[in-house]
Amino acid sequence: MTLPALDWTTPPAPFAGRSLTCIRGDRLVFSDLSFSLEPGRALLLQGPNGTGKSSLLRLLAGLLPPAAGDLLWANAPVRATQEDHRARLHYVGHLDAVKPALTARENLAFWAGMAGEAARVDAALDTFALGHLADIPGRFLSAGQKRRLNLARLAAIPAPLWLLDEPSVSLDVEAVALLAGLIAAHGSRGGMVIAASHVDFGLAGGATLDLGGFAATVAA
Amino acid sequence: MLAAFFRLFGRDVRLALRQGSAGTSTVVFFVLAVTLFPLGVGPETAVLARIASGVLWVAALLAAMLSLDRLFQADYEDGSLDLLALGPLPLELAVLAKTAAHWATTGLPLIIASPILAVLMQLDGAGYLTLVAAMALGTPALSLIGGIGAALTVGIRRGGVLLSLLVLPLYIPVLIFGVGAVEASIDGLTQRPQLLILAALSLAAAVLAPLAAAAALRLNLE
Repeated sequence: MTLPALDWTTPPAPFAGRSLTCIRGDRLVFSDLSFSLEPGRALLLQGPNGTGKSSLLRLLAGLLPPAAGDLLWANAPVRATQEDHRARLHYVGHLDAVKPALTARENLAFWAGMAGEAARVDAALDTFALGHLADIPGRFLSAGQKRRLNLARLAAIPAPLWLLDEPSVSLDVEAVALLAGLIAAHGSRGGMVIAASHVDFGLAGGATLDLGGFAATVAA
Repeated sequence: MLAAFFRLFGRDVRLALRQGSAGTSTVVFFVLAVTLFPLGVGPETAVLARIASGVLWVAALLAAMLSLDRLFQADYEDGSLDLLALGPLPLELAVLAKTAAHWATTGLPLIIASPILAVLMQLDGAGYLTLVAAMALGTPALSLIGGIGAALTVGIRRGGVLLSLLVLPLYIPVLIFGVGAVEASIDGLTQRPQLLILAALSLAAAVLAPLAAAAALRLNLE
């Protein structure tokens, strides 16, 4: 798969976390977690359920402030530039943000338009073989089709950092291959991916981070 | 940023129109609630005329509150709120766009319906224009203040009752000055101060409510 050559609005740069600690409620999820990621590389988050893969991804997206530690983009703390950070990342969570009353195209066009990138909507739908469903309302899409529609944002809106939380859930083999191709193309342009997944979709060659190793042994 | 604001506003209006639920049920509730009063207190025109402005405003307050619980909840439950919080539009402005859309689909129909119901309630002819003006100036404050309550209760299933407990006390100033404006013009006094205060309430809410609601949403997204 090929993605069009891009002028990045924010070019990829080394992204790192330093001594990150995450507390949800009263529970210490992980502590002293560090990682670093170079442009063009991918990081696969592993670990048993409940070790904080989703929490880490929300923390990296800036939805959840770290209890301690820093995120670094090009060696500068992200804390001071949250708005710039939001503009350079894609977050794909468990929920697909598909409105039942809007068609597939309208759903994607809304998010693309919010980011000021309305030009690639149809091409992005085709990336995940959704072209023939473009005029179907979201309520008639299957779980896998909704997930593909959510992932189509990756192709519609350029962003150097992709944070993917179990992106392959409900996808069929074909769609997983499409996702793997998209991630490979993203990497070849210098883009970065951090994903939590139990399924191999082309990240196996990259670095892995096992969150089991950072689990708190003593509850806070 | 302005384009994103209007895109979000347009999406919410479109969703409300396609689903047809919120706006229609708000107006139907308003009409039904007001209709109950002539049935309850009797058809004596003097009695109805006396309570008309109060009944119309109270019913409008309750109707405006009715659709608030879904203001952010739908976006929260399907993950759209995560993406809005991560989008280029600051969450405060996203809140303002969503509340504006809520007003356009619920507050505006209330304003249009109010003079018709005023006939039913035997409102004095001198009060009609003021009623519409007061509704137009006061209902934005209802949507905006309600937005704070909706943001605070976004993560709570069946948060509707809690929402009304939070929001109704904050609606009291709008009620007092809304009724006051109508009464003043019926009594032949100037309604200007009350209308100006309603406008001030809406403007202050337009500045402060999005800040509070966005902060509450951020807490709920953690």
